[in-house]
Amino acid sequence: MKYLPILLCALLWEAIVQFGLVSRDLLPSLSDVLSATWKLAREGDLWTNGAASLYRGGAGLALAIIVGAVLGILMAWWRAVDAFVGPLVEALYPMPKSALIPVTVLWLGFGDGSKILLIFLGCMLPVTLAAYNGARSCEQALVWSARSLGASRLRVLWDVVLPSALPELVNGVRTALALTFVLLVSSELIVARAGLGYLIGFLGEGGVYDAMFAVVLVVAFLGFFADRLYQRATRRVLAWRE
Amino acid sequence: MARVILRLAPWISLLALAAAWELFARSGAVTPFMLPRLSVVLERIGADAASGELWQNLGMTLYRSLLGFLISVVLGVSLGFAVTQNRFARWLLDPLVSAGFPMPKIAFLPIITLWLGFHDLSKISMVVFDAVFPVVTATIAATGGVERHLLWSARNLGARPRELLREVVFPAALPQIMTGLQVALPIALIVCIVAEMKMGGIGLGGAMITASRFADSPGVFAGIVEIAVAGYGLVKLMALARRRLLAWHPEALAPATV
Repeated sequence: MKYLPILLCALLWEAIVQFGLVSRDLLPSLSDVLSATWKLAREGDLWTNGAASLYRGGAGLALAIIVGAVLGILMAWWRAVDAFVGPLVEALYPMPKSALIPVTVLWLGFGDGSKILLIFLGCMLPVTLAAYNGARSCEQALVWSARSLGASRLRVLWDVVLPSALPELVNGVRTALALTFVLLVSSELIVARAGLGYLIGFLGEGGVYDAMFAVVLVVAFLGFFADRLYQRATRRVLAWRE
Repeated sequence: MARVILRLAPWISLLALAAAWELFARSGAVTPFMLPRLSVVLERIGADAASGELWQNLGMTLYRSLLGFLISVVLGVSLGFAVTQNRFARWLLDPLVSAGFPMPKIAFLPIITLWLGFHDLSKISMVVFDAVFPVVTATIAATGGVERHLLWSARNLGARPRELLREVVFPAALPQIMTGLQVALPIALIVCIVAEMKMGGIGLGGAMITASRFADSPGVFAGIVEIAVAGYGLVKLMALARRRLLAWHPEALAPATV
């Protein structure tokens, strides 16, 4: 019921096209878009391109989470790492990562490699910063207690610092998840030979607008559902905090 | 001594990065096409600056992203206020905003191009479409989270609804709204650059994609350095604006981190 306004927007869309208020060349009707979605799914275009996008996004994001989390926690744990890596993170953080699209293409070509590298580079820093802030917010008293109870430094890192960094880390990964979609779609729109972003550009240039709208909506809702699923999953993971 | 080193660490690591780039490019491990020497890239930026091309591209990109950002600020803050002050607006906008926020808006770029053409209008609209969401969500969270006691006291002292908004709700919400703006500004720049890359023409993104098509790798790397510097400058300016605007707020007493 909460999403009633969205349903109304969809009806309004159908209505203004059916009543001829806007040209079908500019805005295909919702029903045409839905049947185009069905057609793309049946003919397999949606699946092959979707699989390419999923692979790129998944691989890039997974790499970014692993490397980013390790780097962030190391920065919080050793001052020397913080002093030297910290400024680089700070200097590179505001850099628009999409600027790297042409370079990753220069290095790795038009295929999967360049997208995975781009997503990895773009998503790593938010995860790093979140892990860093989370690990630093770990209560010193907890660390001391664990140490005095005889835990080794590594053990403290794993059993005390990591769990207290987790809530922030989970937020950082959520940012990275959203960024993954943005970087994936941008890079595929600009240079690619497969992927959902490529499909949007390809259909748009071919003038097949109902199908183009279909893929745009598919991508938008994939981003939406990925976020919702992630939030639901992480609420489980963080349930121990309550 | 150790303290001096720690204080100089930011410069040392930036210089080390620059030196590593230059040396790695000179070592012959990669072709100049894959990674041109930093000195070549800097020369290229200097040449572009001298010929005025750099300023034209930079100016165009900044114009589009900042205008788009300003529109998103005005639109986003007013929509955010509307959502918390008006029940109909909340019913209508809340689901749209919460559904739209996690969507990759950039996917709509070809649709916006179809509707508005290839010129500034479509690029700026794309920027607004993307940058408005963090502003709206931050404003909703901020205005909804104003302390009850503040509102009660002000009402008790006879504040009218308008005054309440202007004198209490807005200042109390400002820190969190500013955080939303700090998120939105880099997004504005990123989206503008992606739109320029897709559509070409004047602008940093367009210049980079042209350089890439002509396999002009110093041009591509010059673009990266320029965009990185522009992004860094904008973020710093925004942090400065925050410190100015919130000088009265307790947070200004804490040492700045950004």
